[in-house]
Amino acid sequence: MASGGDGAMGSGGAVTNPTTGLFDIRLTVNGTLHAVSVPARRLLSDCLRHDLRLTGTHVGCEHGVCGACTVLLDGVPVRSCLMLAVSADGSAITTVEGLAAADGTLSAVQRAFKDSHGLQCGFCTPGFLTMITAALAENPDPTPEEAREMVGGNLCRCTGYQNIVTAVLRAAELTRAERA
Amino acid sequence: MKPPEFGYSRPESVAEALAVLGSLGPDGKVLAGGQSLVPLLNLRLASPGHLVDINALAGLGYVRAGRGEVVIGALARHAQVLADQAARSVQPLLAMALAHVAHPVIRNRGTTVGSIVHADPASEMTAVLALLGGSVRLASTDGERVVAADRFFLGSFEADVRPGELATEVVVPALPPRAGCAFTEISRRRGDYAICGAAATVALSTDGSIERVRAAYLSVGPAPVVLDLTESAGDPESAARLATERIETSGDIHATADYRRHLVGVVTRRALTAALAHARGRADG
Amino acid sequence: MTSMFGEPIARVEDDRLLRGEGAYLDDLGHDALAAAFVRSPHAHAVIRDIDVSGALDAAGLVAIYTHEDLPGRVGEPLPLLIPHPALTHGRTGYPLAAAEVNHVGEPVVMVVATDRYLAEDAAERIVVDYDPLPAVVGVDAARAAEHLVHPDVPGNVAAHLVQANGDAAAAVAAAPHRLELDLYIERSASTPLEGRGVLARWDTESRRLRIWTSTQTSTGVRAAVAAKLGLALADVDVITPDVGGGFGVKIVHPWPEEVLVPWAAMTLGRPVKFTEDRSEHFVASAHERGQRHQVRVGFDDDGRILGLDVTFWHDNGAYIPYGVIVPIITSTQLLGPYKPGAYRVEFSSLYTNTVIVTPYRGAGRPQGAFVMERTMDAIAAELDLDRTLVRERNFIQPGEMPYDHGLIFQDGRPLIYDSGDYPAALARLKGLIGWDEFEAVRRAARAEGRRVGIGLACYVEGTGVGPYEGAHVVVETSGKVRVATGLTSQGQGHQTVFAQIAADELGVPITDVEVVTGDTRAFGYAVGTFASRAAVMSGSAVALAARAARAKAIRVAAAALEASPDDMEIVDGVVRVKGDPGSGIALGTVAVLSNPLRYAFDEAARAATQFVGGDLSTPPVAEGDEPGIEGREYFSPVRSTFASGMHAAIVETDPDTAEVKVLRYCVVHDCGTLINPRIVEGQIHGGVAQGVGGALYEKMAYDETGQLQNASFMDFLMPYVSEVPERIEIDHLETPSPLNPLGIKGAGEAGVIPGSAVIAAAIEDAEGFPITSMPISPSDLFELRRRHAASGETANASQTASVNRAG
Repeated sequence: MASGGDGAMGSGGAVTNPTTGLFDIRLTVNGTLHAVSVPARRLLSDCLRHDLRLTGTHVGCEHGVCGACTVLLDGVPVRSCLMLAVSADGSAITTVEGLAAADGTLSAVQRAFKDSHGLQCGFCTPGFLTMITAALAENPDPTPEEAREMVGGNLCRCTGYQNIVTAVLRAAELTRAERA
Repeated sequence: MKPPEFGYSRPESVAEALAVLGSLGPDGKVLAGGQSLVPLLNLRLASPGHLVDINALAGLGYVRAGRGEVVIGALARHAQVLADQAARSVQPLLAMALAHVAHPVIRNRGTTVGSIVHADPASEMTAVLALLGGSVRLASTDGERVVAADRFFLGSFEADVRPGELATEVVVPALPPRAGCAFTEISRRRGDYAICGAAATVALSTDGSIERVRAAYLSVGPAPVVLDLTESAGDPESAARLATERIETSGDIHATADYRRHLVGVVTRRALTAALAHARGRADG
Repeated sequence: MTSMFGEPIARVEDDRLLRGEGAYLDDLGHDALAAAFVRSPHAHAVIRDIDVSGALDAAGLVAIYTHEDLPGRVGEPLPLLIPHPALTHGRTGYPLAAAEVNHVGEPVVMVVATDRYLAEDAAERIVVDYDPLPAVVGVDAARAAEHLVHPDVPGNVAAHLVQANGDAAAAVAAAPHRLELDLYIERSASTPLEGRGVLARWDTESRRLRIWTSTQTSTGVRAAVAAKLGLALADVDVITPDVGGGFGVKIVHPWPEEVLVPWAAMTLGRPVKFTEDRSEHFVASAHERGQRHQVRVGFDDDGRILGLDVTFWHDNGAYIPYGVIVPIITSTQLLGPYKPGAYRVEFSSLYTNTVIVTPYRGAGRPQGAFVMERTMDAIAAELDLDRTLVRERNFIQPGEMPYDHGLIFQDGRPLIYDSGDYPAALARLKGLIGWDEFEAVRRAARAEGRRVGIGLACYVEGTGVGPYEGAHVVVETSGKVRVATGLTSQGQGHQTVFAQIAADELGVPITDVEVVTGDTRAFGYAVGTFASRAAVMSGSAVALAARAARAKAIRVAAAALEASPDDMEIVDGVVRVKGDPGSGIALGTVAVLSNPLRYAFDEAARAATQFVGGDLSTPPVAEGDEPGIEGREYFSPVRSTFASGMHAAIVETDPDTAEVKVLRYCVVHDCGTLINPRIVEGQIHGGVAQGVGGALYEKMAYDETGQLQNASFMDFLMPYVSEVPERIEIDHLETPSPLNPLGIKGAGEAGVIPGSAVIAAAIEDAEGFPITSMPISPSDLFELRRRHAASGETANASQTASVNRAG
């Protein structure tokens, strides 16, 4: 029973602490290495929010539909509510807190959301920002149709998406201007 | 919505994984992409005793496209299979169907083999495997066995995977020359589980006449339904009529049984038309 | 300095939220214990026994509470917040069920543990023995009253209300043309991305309670919780953190958890937090919209309505804590921009064994607009007239404003429209969508085998309901301006628009203004954010408070400069003689001058101590004066101000799959003077998306036993980007309100109101048979097609079963 395989069972890469039954894992989040002990069932979203206190990643449904909890796992967007923290052991994770530059300058995607009124209550916003950041890295010059596709798996209840799509195109424009 | 307690192992080799699964018996549950399993855990609709996380088995993250088949390892993500150009050219139906699996973020993590083992009646990949006559390779400490798709899907969320077994790969036959395929589905929202969907293949003989027509359907029964529609002679209307007659549908909150039966006809017509065009294009090309 | 008012400036809220530095409820209280609930799995049952023994050794368990453990008022039924004479059988739920449960999801046992995982583990081990009773589900079952939700409420009728202006029955009977319609709208819900949540800390030393809650009314929660827990209002602080959307569901208060969590925090002497999860939100918060309506209308040969007689039944769920606000709004606001001739409306509000109702954005208006606009279309079809022509002929004309409907509105005050220009709005809408050119579009589509239709719908929305809001404006000695108002924010951009108002009134740069909302420590008197009232009510109060602060600043500066206050102005934060930039005193310095301090704690204070000059024959603070540059004002209008708008849509219906796609969506919107057009457009976008969701995707699918079958985001189909129109085309009309100092009207709810009406009209136009029930799924449309094909009727909407020629 209980959390965590014991020595006999073996837990492979993740190290089980024999006294607590917790797993000692290492996550590099926004460039900072964190060592944290979690039960096997700890969701990555909860680990980020409550263990590491990076509360910018939001939880809107905990069944993988809304996308508010989207983070970048080794650069790839994933739902952090559908991952066990222990499964992410050894990974590099980018959350919304890691999108701005070290000097605090907002990223192109963040600025575009501000310019375009792409957010209202702001709860779904972190998931859109991480998702779009990864999508624009792959396709820096999306058509309006592609921009809509990029945000097609995230729910927003406030904006009606109009200004979010505008923000995707604006972010692409800002990025191109910066590179030029 | 927090998962119940479970034991957890993350083996670093297939042998270790099989040993762990073998010792756990029915208590063991494999965690691959988790895109179906973790929601069930969060909703406490599943409470496995012990999860065996295979995400460290990087060796299973392969997509091998050979002359006659595509072999997909247990840790290959949907996105990886979808992006694999060789796999796409050997069996185009894979990519056609994968583009309909949920949303891209889910495909980044979800695995194709995991989705097949999950045996969701609304799964695109189960229908594809059933249609193409693929197979699943299962390993355990007792050895290996290969189960053909037509015997693999036993029912709703029920596949022929025994306690202690790990599905290591699926094998999908290549699309033969002078054949075409297509996938179509109708869902309420883009990316939702389909109300009804179909994958179809059309094989042409050397003179261009229709040799064989088959279709597989999702969301119309507990397991994928495969029909031989050759007697339609490739006429989409007649195939739609045949399919509608042969498939029993039921109603739910999104569709009445009659509407779903109507959609069986619609997706048959659409999939067949597209598969035929695909076959002709390939035959001409 | 350019005026900020009316400018589409970017929001001041955004920077923080974009960095992930927002502080929503569950982002707080990392040290708090977690609450979870055992909720009823039955729609209707008697509780025979609760066995907690299996949970007592659960890891991390701190406490388990049932109804029996709750002392005095804590355990009593929750308040009926808005009583009404028509609400003769008001029933509210207990924070924890006492003897009976009346909907799936009703809280029965509260578990407190060291974290939410462990709290859920313990909750799972508690065994409740139920004796199930027959469930009453849906309006029709409630009306039939074969079973009762509450045994002492005959007919399941909570409230019954009739309002009339003239003899509608006689007018209908005497009219040359008569129609009867049966119109139905299913349940939906606000569904903010953040669920409910509450965190409480009891400070054992100062004996003060501090509550953070994701609410639309912090002052309401404060008063209710203080009363429940027997605390002085002054010992309870309620703080609204960032709120991840509300749309109405967070105006109900106190929720059971808002009583139980603070009580548990006091009892345990430890902070306690409840974060509602998505599963809970579907069955333990609130829904809305479910109503069935019967319309009898009489009209003349031109389509002018002579008499309108409407009876409807409202599904209020298991309890009715928020009273009859929603059906009252339907009953009055269905009139829209029209003169109905003689009017009579009658409604019954009915109990069912389902989740309670709270106003959801639009609050009864979407149903009202659906009823009236479907009626207008039926009249047009009956007389073979253009649908816009029938509407024009029934419009209240601008010259008839203010227009008194002779009814009582939701605020208990007369239903009198203050201003509006409906003919102008319709003309703009027709131009925007190309109404008169549509037949060519239809022909072109038909030639391609495509089926398209056009529809329109109008509404009038009472906004800015009272009784009041207040604001406090203070100029700090730094020159910064702090504005506080009591109502809360859920993403509407209040900090931006209130700052725009304050900056303009005071003559300071907007960057110098900081706005606080929803924190009882900063402003204690407020009503809340609902009914599109924040801009009107708090916006006006901020303007008045800023004007008071400005007057004081000018008086103090004029005295210092020995100038006449009448000659002074404030430009860019400097108080100066008009047209003399060299003469000024910075506002911060004026704030220093206004406060004769005793202690010189810094350079600025040194200039103000009582020993520095002045007239020694008068007191340092003159009689009737106060230190500081501040203004505190309240705005309390005589009645609501009425915004209006009209939407038109072109839809395509797939002849094969019956899928519906919105090809174009046009909005003409009049919310009076615009404070920030960018924010208003954002509100419209969001409202339209919810309207389209409500029309085509969202419903609460209860089965006959009262189980909600789609209680997840997988099956409750909130639109993704792929389900909303690609573009929403908007034109603004600005008809100022005479009822407030800024001429503004509310804008928050408008976008959603005509959604079901306009989409139904467009589908009807495409299909050729009447659409009388919404939302409509492809499956529903498919079944309607089959039914109409079977009965051989597809051509004329007025010839079908659902729309009967009467008499």
